[in-house]
This record gives sequence, C-alpha cells and structure tokens, in this order.
Amino acid sequence: MIHKFDVVIVGAGGAGLRAAVEIPKEYSCAVISKVFPTRSHTGTAQGGVCAALSNEEEDSWLNHAFDTVKGSDYLGDQDAIEIMCQDAPRAIIELEHMGMPFSRTKEGKIAQRMFGGHTKPDDPNDPNSKRHSVKRACYSADRTGHVMLQTLYENCIKNNVNFFSEYFITDLIIEDGICKGLTAIDMATSEIHTFQAKAIMFATGGYGRVFRITSNAHVGTGDGCALVYNAGLPLEDMEFFQFHPTGLWRLGILVSEAARGEGGILRNNKHEPFMEVYAPTVKDLAPRDMVSRAIISEIRAGRGILGSDGTYYIDLDLTHLGKKVIDEKIPEITGFARTYLGVEPTKECVPIQPTAHYAMGGIPTNFDTEVLADNSGNKIKGFYAAGECACVSVHGGNRLGTNSLLDIVVFGRRGGKKISEYLKTAEEHTFNTDPADKTRELMNKLLVQTGNEKISVIRRELQENMMDKCGIFRNQADLEQMKVKIKELQQRYCSITILDKSKVFNTDLIETIELGNLLDIAESINESALNRTESRGAHTRVDFPKRDDAGWMKHSFIWKNTTGGDPKIGYKPVVVTQFQPMERKY
Amino acid sequence: MQVTFKILRYNPEKDKEPHYEQYRFEASENMTVLDCLHKIKWEHDGSLAFRRSCAHGVCGSDGMRINGKNYLACSTLLKVLDTKKTITIEPLPSLPIIKDLILDMTDFYDKYKAVKPYLINNSPTTGDSERLQSNADAEKLFESAKCILCACCTTSCPSTWTNDNYIGPAALLKAYRFVFDTRDEAADERLDIIDTPDGIWRCHTIFNCVESCPKEINITWHISQLKKELSNREL
Repeated sequence: MIHKFDVVIVGAGGAGLRAAVEIPKEYSCAVISKVFPTRSHTGTAQGGVCAALSNEEEDSWLNHAFDTVKGSDYLGDQDAIEIMCQDAPRAIIELEHMGMPFSRTKEGKIAQRMFGGHTKPDDPNDPNSKRHSVKRACYSADRTGHVMLQTLYENCIKNNVNFFSEYFITDLIIEDGICKGLTAIDMATSEIHTFQAKAIMFATGGYGRVFRITSNAHVGTGDGCALVYNAGLPLEDMEFFQFHPTGLWRLGILVSEAARGEGGILRNNKHEPFMEVYAPTVKDLAPRDMVSRAIISEIRAGRGILGSDGTYYIDLDLTHLGKKVIDEKIPEITGFARTYLGVEPTKECVPIQPTAHYAMGGIPTNFDTEVLADNSGNKIKGFYAAGECACVSVHGGNRLGTNSLLDIVVFGRRGGKKISEYLKTAEEHTFNTDPADKTRELMNKLLVQTGNEKISVIRRELQENMMDKCGIFRNQADLEQMKVKIKELQQRYCSITILDKSKVFNTDLIETIELGNLLDIAESINESALNRTESRGAHTRVDFPKRDDAGWMKHSFIWKNTTGGDPKIGYKPVVVTQFQPMERKY
Repeated sequence: MQVTFKILRYNPEKDKEPHYEQYRFEASENMTVLDCLHKIKWEHDGSLAFRRSCAHGVCGSDGMRINGKNYLACSTLLKVLDTKKTITIEPLPSLPIIKDLILDMTDFYDKYKAVKPYLINNSPTTGDSERLQSNADAEKLFESAKCILCACCTTSCPSTWTNDNYIGPAALLKAYRFVFDTRDEAADERLDIIDTPDGIWRCHTIFNCVESCPKEINITWHISQLKKELSNREL
C-alpha cells in the first residue's frame, strides 16, 4: 500500500510528538511508531526537565549553558547549547500551558530540584568562581517523562494527528540526495507500506539494548540510526554512550538522579560516602560519567558489596531522607526497589550498579534538525532528525541529567517549525524504483534462511561483550577483540532460523531485524571508540587517560563500508562560542 | 526450580479457536512473568506473541491475566505466585484477541479519547509564565495522572464484561484527571459525556479496577468524586 503525506514523523516519543503538534493543519502529517505512542521510552524518564526558571532560587540560562558545555566535556556545539538553554524556560512554560501536571512551589509556580552537574557560581558576577548545585530541574514527582509523554500525546489527539501505531520501519528512501519516503511493515499483518512524503523526520530514539545492563526499553534498538548508517550516511560521535550511575543491581532499571538530588548518598562496603573523594564540591551530584567511573573504581579497588550471585554493587542510601520525602518526591523509584529487589528504601540501602542509559551520538543534524549528508555541512533535502537518535550536538561527550527531556521538546518543536517552512515550497517527489522491493526481499530472505543460530543467543553475546569490552572503561586490546566479535556475530546472524512463519504479529521476525540493527550500531560504536585515542566525557580509554584538546576537540563521523571492509571515519570541528575549554573538576 | 506455564495461544492463520499450551522450564523466584515469557519465546517457541517495552511497569504494554488476575507481566515476580502449581497466562478479557496475548485495543483507546483527554483552556495566558496552581491542587491530579493505559482495570470490570458500551474505569479516571484540574475549563463538557447510562452510572463500585491496577491507583475513589460532582451539579 502506498501512502502520501506532506510530512511523516517516525517515532512517537517526546521529540516526534512535539514535532507533530507543531505541523500546521493545512499540511498532512503522519506519525509512525513501532509501539502505541504512550509506550514510548520518553515515559520512563523520571527526575525532571531543566530550565533556568528561577522559581526556587536565582538562576540564568547562561549558567545552564555553562554547565551543559562543561558536562559535555567541551564536545557539545556551543551555538546549539545556547539555543537550547535560552529556549528552555519558554519550552517548559509551554508544556505547562499544554496541561502537563507539575509539582508546585508555595507560590504555585513549577517546582524545581537539584540535579547532577547543574550549578551556579558562588559569585553571580564571576562565572569562574567556585560553583554549587542549583535547583533547576522542573519535575512532577518522579514521573516527569511519563506526564510529559501523556501530555504531548493528549495534544496530538486534540490536533487529530494521524498515527500508524505498530508499524516497523525497514527502509529509508534517499534518491539523488533527496529524502523521498520510507517503507514500513504493518506488524499486525506483515503488509509492506510505502510512505511517500516531502519531509521525513526521524525521532526514533536510542539504542541502549546494545548493552547487557541497560535502563532502556526492549524497543531501544536504534532502528532509525541503523537505517541511516545503511543508507550510506554518516553517524556522529557514536563512541559517546552514557552509563547512568544508579541502575538497580543486575536489572539496570533506572533509579533517577532525583534520588541524589533529594539528598541520597552513594556508599561503599565500608559505608563510606565515597563521592567526596572524586568530586569534592558537588559530591554525589557530579555528572553521570564521573559518578559511574567512581562506582566502578570503588568496586575494582575491592570496596564493592558482594551480592548473592557473586557480582558486586554499591549502596544508594536514602534512609536518612525520611518516609515523607521518599513517598512524596521519589515514590516511583523506591517502588521499583521494593518490587524488583525486595528492599525497603526507608530502612535499607538500595543496591545499584551503572546501567547503559543514553546515546549522545546519532544522526548528525544542525540546530534546525536538518540531517547532515557529510562532515562539511551539506544537507539531505527533506530529511530531519530530533531527540536521542539525533546528534545536534548539545550533549557532546556526556549528557547532563534532565537535558534529554529538554532536548526533545526544544528540538522537536524546532524541527516541526523548520519542516513547516520547508513545506511552503517543497515539491512532491516520485520514486525511481518500487521502494517496497527491498523490504520484500529482506523479509523473504530472513524467513527462508535456515541455520543453527538463535536470535537470543547472538543478542546476548553481543550485549555481554559490549558491556565488558566497550563499556565504561575501554582499551585498545578489548576494542580490537570486540571488533572481531562483531564480525563473527554478523556472520552468524545469517544462520538464524526464524521459527515463526506467520504474518500476524510476527514479533520473531521484528526481533531479528532489530538485532541486525543492533549489530550495525555496535560496529559504529566500537569502531569510533577504537579510533578516539583520548578520554573525554563518557568515553574513557584507560590507555589514553587524558583529554587531548589539541588532537581531539572534534566530532567523529563514521560511514559504513558497504563492501564489507572497515568503516570510514572523518571529523568535524566543535563549535566554540563563549566557553573556553578548561579542566573538568567538580 | 522448575515452573509450568499454561498459556492461551491463538494464531488466526491456523487456529479456529484459542487453546492452551504448556511449557515447563527452569526459572528462579526473582524472575518476572515477562522474563518467563521471554524465556519461552527465545528458547522454546519463537512464535509466541505478546507486547512489551519498558519491562518495569511504566509503559503499560504487557497487561495480561495471570492466574485469573489482571496485572502487568513485567511487575509480577514469580515469588508472589504459587510456583508449585501451574501458572496460567491469558490475554486480558473482553477485548478481541489478535494473536496469543496481543489484543485489539481499539475500543479501549476510543473510549479514552471520548472523554476529551486533553487540557481545554481558552483563556489567554501570559506567554512567559506558568498558570499558577497550588501544590495541593496539583497533587490531587497526581494519582490519576499515574495511569499507564494498560487496560488492566477496564477489562477487570464485570460491568465491562456484560456491556460492550460501558466507557470503563480507565476512561473515567482520565475524565477525573481533567475535570479536577484547576487549569481546565471544560469540566461540564466532560461531565456531560460521562453522565449517561453507559457512562459513569454503569460503575457499581465493585472495586475490581482498584485491585487490578498495577500503579495502585484507587480508581473507584476517583470515580466517586466524579459522581459527587455530578450530583452537586444536579442540585
């Protein structure tokens, strides 16, 4: 079946829905998602969304921008960061006007709390003076992402947005440098649908499922990024993947930084609050990359706590916060500890370990969400990307907590605006060949191929190896081994037998395609990590422990080698406006 | 330990009627029902179909009937079930089965949409500041705003089983979410929508919805507040 729309948005998380709300009624717009919109991963964000509203204390967008740049380890593009932080107060007020429920201050304004890496100078007139944590994260208890996603979906219903739920994208059609459409499988029937559009936006989310321990939903398989990579377009900064310090031990389920924002303390096996050693001023509220490294360092130094299965964890101590704060401010996450670990957070420490959480890298775009064709600023006409799948780059080497929810509403809206502007003069395109052919071939190939391999075995090997060899601490030998492993898994992937041959909700087939995407994404992460011989943000090379601004203050771009050899790598300079690189201490 | 799962299976391409299939496998008490379904799918039978995403009770995808009670597969640990006996897994009742545990949710979503589930406020705002709301007023909404649209409540309600047109507890809870929002101006419009024989008055305070809600929302209490509001309006 062929559908024609002015614009097709792929992904119904915060970025996709915010963009859809922005498209004026005179243009036809469809949102495609592999899950019903409110199942999207935005809904699992907990702690807050940052904006210098100054509702609780004096703050400024410049403070926010400074923190974001420093948090990014000076890899974020400062022009884009300035746009985001300056636009943040407006974006939050807009969400409030759309109906998002927020926790409130005594005056009835939007309440704000502290969060990792968000600070302001002790002396407001001197940005270089010592800094302390500031209340900047706007929140709705610890369900901020959930109510944001619900609110955006509600506004889409109000605007009669067209949804194609449970459609899985399989191909991106770029011909003559123009993005003309895409193909998708209707999961309920396995029917192939072709979407022809003047503009396509990818808001397809992240790919945490490439790692064994992750906070990401099962659907976080990087489908959009993999399609872009396979279309011969570059991906940017793939080596930068954030591990959130506090995932529930063994499970990876997120325990929001809000737990530490409200006063929670990390403790080792001697019950020592060890973050004092690693970040003397902000302690437990240091940025995530630093806290994750500190946790692994404590465990490696023999100060982890031995769990029942022989693995080690660290304690998150909330017991001193009192029942009232726990029940009112962080009810959801403490509920997770009770349900999944049988721990009572008012009385006992919560066992945690770092969990793969957020992709800083992704599809390269400019700050108007236009997708870049290369590292010299050329664009793909009619193609846009926003949210976690995109790399603007506002997060650089390490994202600050709460900046993801901000990113999706700021750039989702900017994308919607830019697309609307483009549609005023955009022409309708025709396809050179039937775009459904490729998907038909893929489905036939996967359903017919036989061999001894199972999806779950290959996926597990990929995830465990990525965790061990391409995780928080990396070195050349491990990354070289990982490279060989990925090649082996890609070979074995061709011997998977899909047991389900049916057409209706063949989730076996969908999982196989997702695994193919994960393998491509892993290749791009590992190769970029091998190439970057420095430590910056979330990318830590123990064999190159220092940040190297002279050699590496640049973004990496990676292209797939479609003939099977090593991927190609290129670079793009970081945009620096007013914040000069300095040593990153907290 | 060994556990036995009995799962209601249905493949519309070859089965006339749904039927049960049994699976026996090694499991541990800390596994969730979703972990077990994955184990079956990934190690024994790839054709088993179910929805899931976040796997920790936030996205609302995997509501199902576990030993006769509606709950989320990802929030149900084996240790809360009697694993010595066979564990029965069925799709949520009263919605059409598409395949195995996957239901056609259209009717459920349509009823949610019927209550105008979005803030309606046509008064001008000042662009650069929020509408004020006391924290107490905001917190009145929080419990209802926790809803993840998993359909466990609506499909557990005997009134739903006997009347296809009943709007159901999830939609009523969503109505509460906006009727009691101090920022909303369309309470009357929404109250009109639910003030029908197949609307709120089909709720006979049976409390099944409360028992089955994985987010521990006291749905019946919220519905009773709407009933009070309607009674006050009559006066």
